[in-house]
Amino acid sequence: MNIAALTIQQIREGLAQKRFSAVELTQEALAFAKAENAKTNAYLTFSDDRALASAAIVDAKLAAGEDPGALAGVPVGVKDVIVTKGVRTTCGSKILETYVPPYNATAVERLETAGGVIIGKTNCDEFAMGSSNENSAFGPVRNPVALDRVPGGSSGGSAAVVAQGTAVVSLGSDTGGSIRQPASFCGCVGVTPTYGRVSRYGLVAFASSLDHIGPFARNVSDAATLLRAIAGRDTRDATSAAHPVQDYAASMQQPLKGLKVGIPKEYFNGLASDTGDNIHNGIETLRKQGVEVIDISMPHTDYAIEAYYIICTAEVSANLSRFDGVRYTRRSERSDSLINMYRQSRGEGFGAEAKRRIMLGAYVLSHGYYDAYYLKAQRVRSLITRDFAQAFEKVDAIIAPVSPFPAFKLGEKVDDPLQMYLSDIYTITGSLSGVPCMSVPCGATKDGLPVGMQILTKHFAEDTMFRIAHQYELNRI
Amino acid sequence: MKLTDEQVRYVAGLANLTLTDDEVHRYAHDLSDILSHMDKLNELDTTGVEPMTQVLYDAEETATLRADEVVPSLSNADALANAPISGGGYFKVPKVIER
Repeated sequence: MNIAALTIQQIREGLAQKRFSAVELTQEALAFAKAENAKTNAYLTFSDDRALASAAIVDAKLAAGEDPGALAGVPVGVKDVIVTKGVRTTCGSKILETYVPPYNATAVERLETAGGVIIGKTNCDEFAMGSSNENSAFGPVRNPVALDRVPGGSSGGSAAVVAQGTAVVSLGSDTGGSIRQPASFCGCVGVTPTYGRVSRYGLVAFASSLDHIGPFARNVSDAATLLRAIAGRDTRDATSAAHPVQDYAASMQQPLKGLKVGIPKEYFNGLASDTGDNIHNGIETLRKQGVEVIDISMPHTDYAIEAYYIICTAEVSANLSRFDGVRYTRRSERSDSLINMYRQSRGEGFGAEAKRRIMLGAYVLSHGYYDAYYLKAQRVRSLITRDFAQAFEKVDAIIAPVSPFPAFKLGEKVDDPLQMYLSDIYTITGSLSGVPCMSVPCGATKDGLPVGMQILTKHFAEDTMFRIAHQYELNRI
Repeated sequence: MKLTDEQVRYVAGLANLTLTDDEVHRYAHDLSDILSHMDKLNELDTTGVEPMTQVLYDAEETATLRADEVVPSLSNADALANAPISGGGYFKVPKVIER
């Protein structure tokens, strides 16, 4: 058994044929992950007891002849912004360094009900704010493909554990590209489902109108299996959707002939040439499968970053006000009065990027600026969403790059927040409009750095998105 | 858009953040930079465009309503378990009202 390359299918077969038990697999996965973690710093916490207990349940069900679930025995990493009852959840922040949640996120509950085995919590940018994983209070994650480079962010740890083979699949969260961009940097599959497809209950809120939970995997089928297990209506999240969850495995088998994909010209300006070449090869592969390729325009793309960083920081400043030194965060030693307790605890507990975004959000919401920034940005968000609606009248899917460039070196962009924000250009539009989107590996640059191709479809058309991704994966050169 | 140190201190107060002098200077620079970039949105005429506050898609009208049933919630001990200081079943904070 090559633990670093396992698929869900192989685990299912291995368990059925009794080549290993779920407990044996879990022990091996934990030992391997712990031994490898020093290279990447991708896991912040290992959850041995919980993992072995989950595995024992799977083995008991198998012994009793019961269905052990779609994720039976599968080692999973969970981003440390998603709460796990009894297992420390830090959000990559010093302010929550010792926080042990008293409840589980819905996605966590569902993946464990399906037999998934959570082996640990993965590193990320503080409160999921960042594009390089360098904003974690617990040190950056290194990209397993090239250890001197960033894994992307904010779900850098979740991408790295899948790429490194220290988990079979993982959960991340995406607010402006935080699943797709690290998936592209680390060479794995990363899926941001439709807004509301997966309950946000237990996802520590960053920007509530933009936050998504989604899967990472080494192949499209595994990502679809994980999404199917966690998707669906949850009464504890009023924005979760009642739409039936599709049978992705069945739709993925359908050939692509007859589908139309749109190539938005605005997504191909300022692209590193190596990256562009790979995406164009990807589009050619789709064309050879009988896909009709149509040039389209998404005219408001160029305004997405500005609108996004106004809306998300406004929501950040509201959401992060709950970290106040009273209920679940560290309290400053210098808490001589109530107001100083708040201000000192927050000033000492938050890192530089969290503070920068809180400040920006408080400013754009402040008296006299609300209309000029926040309302304006929300109107532009409408225009960007309209671009998508109009495009999907003509095409079934949109193909685009994920990032303008491949993984960059650690430290390369860390001192220039604006440049870091601008790198999110191709992922932010999908986040603003709430459509499903994913990154699928699409070749590599001359230096061997992975490139990701983005597939976007209309709301709740995950079936078409997975179908294109899976057929591409089967046929790519 | 150019933010002064004084404006940065005012916004930090609104956000209940203590900042060091170095942080104030740095954020005055960073926020000025970022906000100047955001002025680009003014190139777009958004007259008559509705602000989008939430992702919307077709759904039944009552999609967000659920039955009003009592279900177990966190116990007092669980809710207090992560508090830096608690006592007598409450969160403890510095004195708010002087005698």
